[in-house]
Amino acid sequence: MADRHLAPDTPELRERWGSFEFSPEHKAKADKHIAKYPDGRQKSAVMALLDLAQRQVGEETDTQGWLPLPVMEYVAQYLDMPVIRVVEVATFYFMYNLVPVGKYHVQVCGTTPCMLRGSDDIITACKSRGMVKGGVSEDGLWTLTEVECMGNCATAPMVQINDDNYEDLTPERLDAVLDALAKGDTPKAGTQEPGRHTSEPSGGPTTLKEMVSENHDYRGEW
Amino acid sequence: MPKVTVDGQEIEVPDGATVLQACEQAGKEIPRFCYHERLSIAGNCRMCLVEVKPGPPKPQASCALPASEGQEIRTDSQMVKTAREGVMEFLLINHPLDCPICDQGGECDLQDQAVAYGRGGSRYDMNKRAVTEKYMGPLIKTVMTRCIHCTRCVRFSEEIAGVDEIGALYRGEDMQITTYLEQAAEHELSANVIDLCPVGALTSRPYAFEARPWELKKTLSIDVSDAVGANITLHSKGREVMRAVPRINDDVNEEWLSDKGRYMVDGLTKRRLDKVFLRKKGGLKPSTWEEAFKEIAKAKPGKAIAAIAGDMVDCETMFAAKALLKACGSSLLEGRQTGMDYDVSNLAAVNFNSTFAGIEAADAILIVGSHIRWEAPLVNVRIRKAVKRGAKVYILGPGWEPTYPATFLGEDLSVLSKLPKELVDVFKGAERPAVILGGAGLAKGALGATLAAADKLGVVKGDWNGFNALHFSAARMGGLMLGYAQKGGMADIVKAKPKVVLSLGADEMDFKPFADALKVYIGHHGDKGAHAADIVLPAASFAEKDGTYVNTEGRVQFAEKAVFAPGDAREDWTILRAMADALGVSVGFDSFAELQAGMIADVPALGEEGLADLGKLPKADGKAKAEGAISAYPIKDFYLTNPIARASAVMQQCSAELLHGDELAEAAE
Repeated sequence: MADRHLAPDTPELRERWGSFEFSPEHKAKADKHIAKYPDGRQKSAVMALLDLAQRQVGEETDTQGWLPLPVMEYVAQYLDMPVIRVVEVATFYFMYNLVPVGKYHVQVCGTTPCMLRGSDDIITACKSRGMVKGGVSEDGLWTLTEVECMGNCATAPMVQINDDNYEDLTPERLDAVLDALAKGDTPKAGTQEPGRHTSEPSGGPTTLKEMVSENHDYRGEW
Repeated sequence: MPKVTVDGQEIEVPDGATVLQACEQAGKEIPRFCYHERLSIAGNCRMCLVEVKPGPPKPQASCALPASEGQEIRTDSQMVKTAREGVMEFLLINHPLDCPICDQGGECDLQDQAVAYGRGGSRYDMNKRAVTEKYMGPLIKTVMTRCIHCTRCVRFSEEIAGVDEIGALYRGEDMQITTYLEQAAEHELSANVIDLCPVGALTSRPYAFEARPWELKKTLSIDVSDAVGANITLHSKGREVMRAVPRINDDVNEEWLSDKGRYMVDGLTKRRLDKVFLRKKGGLKPSTWEEAFKEIAKAKPGKAIAAIAGDMVDCETMFAAKALLKACGSSLLEGRQTGMDYDVSNLAAVNFNSTFAGIEAADAILIVGSHIRWEAPLVNVRIRKAVKRGAKVYILGPGWEPTYPATFLGEDLSVLSKLPKELVDVFKGAERPAVILGGAGLAKGALGATLAAADKLGVVKGDWNGFNALHFSAARMGGLMLGYAQKGGMADIVKAKPKVVLSLGADEMDFKPFADALKVYIGHHGDKGAHAADIVLPAASFAEKDGTYVNTEGRVQFAEKAVFAPGDAREDWTILRAMADALGVSVGFDSFAELQAGMIADVPALGEEGLADLGKLPKADGKAKAEGAISAYPIKDFYLTNPIARASAVMQQCSAELLHGDELAEAAE
């Protein structure tokens, strides 16, 4: 399990984030999320608002974003709910970063299927590029986290970088993806295996082969 | 009414009961940690597992499973035994084996249940989890490594206290119970989480390492820190009261107690009057009982003797003083020290008629001049319950922070005669409307106007009497029943120019107008009263004498003596009895039993524990008007309202840290 902790409440933190407010476009989105719930149940939108806040912090700092305490307090105030309830949510879910992260948050899956398919090599590759677990690399670009299963076992090993998954990785393919990101390009998300679209069986279908090119009625064959 | 079978015994349980409640009804003990009768169901400790058919062939958490028709419940099967052992083994994996140095030892649910339902030993030999301690204020000591994540404290502060400040951060094994940024828990009921905590994670900070539960003597008593009359047990060791804990009384305090009632007991050993003092040449000098009584006799008061009752005296003391004054030919009795002079010709008009349990059912409440959170924290809990059931609350007076949604109507009392339309409409549609008149309202002479407004709002309907006066002095209702009230209040006493003024623990009164009189203070703490007195006679506090108290709903309750008073201090009635001899009059009692019999003959209601019948409300005077504005509430500092609390180091710390913490922080910078 990741070692999570809240960023300490310091005067510098208060000074930097004490005046945080949603930008007009985020505010519009936040209100849309709140409007999904009945009157008086605005608290239900807390997860969406925390995500928006994290994204806005990310935009302001040119990183993936995180949740400083004053920002959580702002969300609590926005939703008229006790701040401790907001912090409970933010500390529970791993998608909310509690400490500053780099521009790209590389989350490597280390659960069994990925581990069997070589996630240890992926982590080594990340580390050899100067990434540190739980910290920000010196160039400010990378944060490395080892996470549990993200449901891409068919295309293991995988990493999640900010909002995209990169699957079927080898250290070389990962390097290509990271190099592209570092240059400011947008590499293709999803599987990195040439010829593979999504999570279909590697090396072509093994079942329902007739369905590949056209609709096929199997019923007579049962 | 579903019928279920518990261990082969068929019983009928109420609709909506859970399997756990069904088992309890059948007399089976179900171990539990997270389940608590007065909190919502969490179902996260898994200790209450039982076997239920029909259902999946596995143990089920009985606290969260509704009992339904035809269920076959087993609490004694092998499956249940194994399940309990398993849960207990998991709970103990991360629980330190520090019972010998844990304050919960001896009254710990986990300890007891581990012995009763656990297996002999652990099979776990890896490192245990350790959690840093969390600061929760001057009353709650935390050792969070011991926490088993039952979340009772979280649910208490959210549901009962209404102050969301405790929460569970992180998840799974890393879960930690804390307050936001480790701020102190800042409400008047915070220490109740200590009782709720089933393990030693939250324990009492002032009582830390003081005593073990089995070496304490338990005495049933009544909390005198406010007029709620919460039922408490005083735990004493030797001659010292170590702590006060609430006992269950659903009519009064449920099972909660305010922080003041719980923690002012350390004040019982501080600043105590343990010698007789006489004022000589401007200073109080230690003296003897003989000399003091000689001095009082020398004053030759005759009829000119008055008695002022303090906020914490029992009915017996007040009756003894009344008998003494009667023997002298005086009836100058007053208990409303601060000069209040509301009409007491009908006691129902100054009583909490709906009862505390009844106010929970109210659906519209108008509060006139009462900071209920401070004046009666346990009544505030009841009102919060009413609001959760849909009641609307209006408050007339300066703003304070209620723990429920409420509408403030401003400070001007004239609102009472021209109530806003919205409020009138709400009350018109209400089945059980209630009005609560507090100390600030009474002091401003708003009793008549509030009665008139209550009459207009129709708060009396059939069995329901929704007119409530909320006092905050434990002695008030008893004093009023015993006649401790003059028509003009304290002003009448001053006008009568008594030669001798007996202050029965009265510290809040103004002694200046009695400059010519001999001021005799009969009390237990060296506080304002003793400072102003000419003669100080050391007496017993509530913990050191038997006594009858009447709470603000007119409930007569009896408190027992827990410890002996220190030094030369005597029980109050014996002092007054001796004073009668000194003054050469006869009061008609020589023992406590005779005194009580005399008191009951005088006011029969005091002889029966329970609600006193104070009759019907008087006819409201439609013309009664109240004027002026309520500028402030009488309680300035919740933690320091009485001499015991003022002497208590814990209460002083609470006041400094929780109420004046900001000022302190500024001074430090």
